[in-house]
Amino acid sequence: MDGIVEIELWRLAVAYIFLAMLLIITWKLGVGRESEIIISVLRMTLQLFMMGYLLVFVFQTNHLLISLGIFLLMQLFAIRNVYGRVKLKVGARLRRVIVFSLLLGTGIPTFFFLAVVVNVEPWYEARYFIPIAGMLIGNSMTGIALGAERLINGMMVKKEWVEGALMLGATPLQAARDVVNDAFNAAILPTINSMVGMGIIFLPGMMVGQILSGVSPLVAIEYQIAIMLGILGGVSLTVYLLMQFGYKTFFNRRSQLEIYPHP
Amino acid sequence: MFTFKDIRYRDILDIENLTISPCRTTWIVGESGSGKTTLLKLLNNLLTPDQGELLYKGADMAALDPVQLRREVVMLPQSPLIFPGTIKENLLIGCRFAEKPAPANDLLAAVLAALKLKKDLGGNAAELSGGEKQRLAIGRILLMEPEVFLLDEPTSALDNGTEEMVMQKVVEYGRQNKKTIVIITHSPKMARHFGEALITLHEGKISGVEEVKG
Repeated sequence: MDGIVEIELWRLAVAYIFLAMLLIITWKLGVGRESEIIISVLRMTLQLFMMGYLLVFVFQTNHLLISLGIFLLMQLFAIRNVYGRVKLKVGARLRRVIVFSLLLGTGIPTFFFLAVVVNVEPWYEARYFIPIAGMLIGNSMTGIALGAERLINGMMVKKEWVEGALMLGATPLQAARDVVNDAFNAAILPTINSMVGMGIIFLPGMMVGQILSGVSPLVAIEYQIAIMLGILGGVSLTVYLLMQFGYKTFFNRRSQLEIYPHP
Repeated sequence: MFTFKDIRYRDILDIENLTISPCRTTWIVGESGSGKTTLLKLLNNLLTPDQGELLYKGADMAALDPVQLRREVVMLPQSPLIFPGTIKENLLIGCRFAEKPAPANDLLAAVLAALKLKKDLGGNAAELSGGEKQRLAIGRILLMEPEVFLLDEPTSALDNGTEEMVMQKVVEYGRQNKKTIVIITHSPKMARHFGEALITLHEGKISGVEEVKG
């Protein structure tokens, strides 16, 4: 068998039987979340249909500016998501560092991945560019959110240590080093851990998709290995940039600690 | 060594005129909240005054490199900072921060002995008592040999006997090596016993400057 079995529309409709099942269960249990469930399933359906038509259009036109536009749009959503996920107050300077780290930390690996590893012509070929950029941005977004939270929290909790190191003549980098290293580890750990179970505990979504569409599993794993390495690169570069420039936002020009604007 | 001219820091400190002389021990007393720690932090450049001029050796402190300045004017915070690691690592961390060559083990052991800290250099610093940690922190900055020592209640966790012994050592060291020492203390008695100059703070203002015979 070659290629993929297309799901006819009426059969797709049959799949909504799972929604009906959930609704009956919640109704019986009296959980009272029916409207929320219906709305989320409707949103999922509509958003995916829209995305499907949008991607058909994007793939057909395959224009550099359109690809870059979508890249920026994904970044925008990712940045908003990071701001939302970090529960601590993020200072204005740190916000700028987050934007810059995410743009550069995902942009460079995406370009490298497309141009060198996959070697696709042109490098912005939408069919490759958009899903790969999406995976890199999504994973880096999680990393940077974890890293930023840990960095802010660490600077608050270890304020006395950092200040104590400054008193002894430490540079801001020396004083913040422990906090920075700890935040870096916390940020990249999920990516490293996710590689350990890959292929044994679960089959990654991208690989499943490729196998379903008729690609040989051997090609699918090649892509999966490559994309995991790409994600590793994206997450590490993003988080590295965040740490390299982020810790500085807690100090002023006189190398004084500025965690709280006023004591 | 330090000259204050119309210094204001928020509503915590308001000092019109003050001079802290070099190569002597100056004690600062005052009730809690009178601005003693803030005054030391200004000298260590951990804070910058909102108004006025603060001079170090005649130069405006705002124009000096803050990190280089702190390596010359070292401050010891009230609660001793103990970093994870051995006693030796904790003793050396000041020199490491200040990018000074690490002293030999003999000297480290001598400093511990002088402070009556009978501990092994390889011991775990986290296991020390409060008073021992305080002496370890004092040892750490003595090894840095800075020009100016700013000590914020360095002996608050020590019993009376040990406190006097440690103060004696610090003051003696300062005299022998011509160091400038500024110490905050809760005990005016101790200040009068050891001090050469005594500054009293009251609600952020200088309420007295005395010369005392140590």
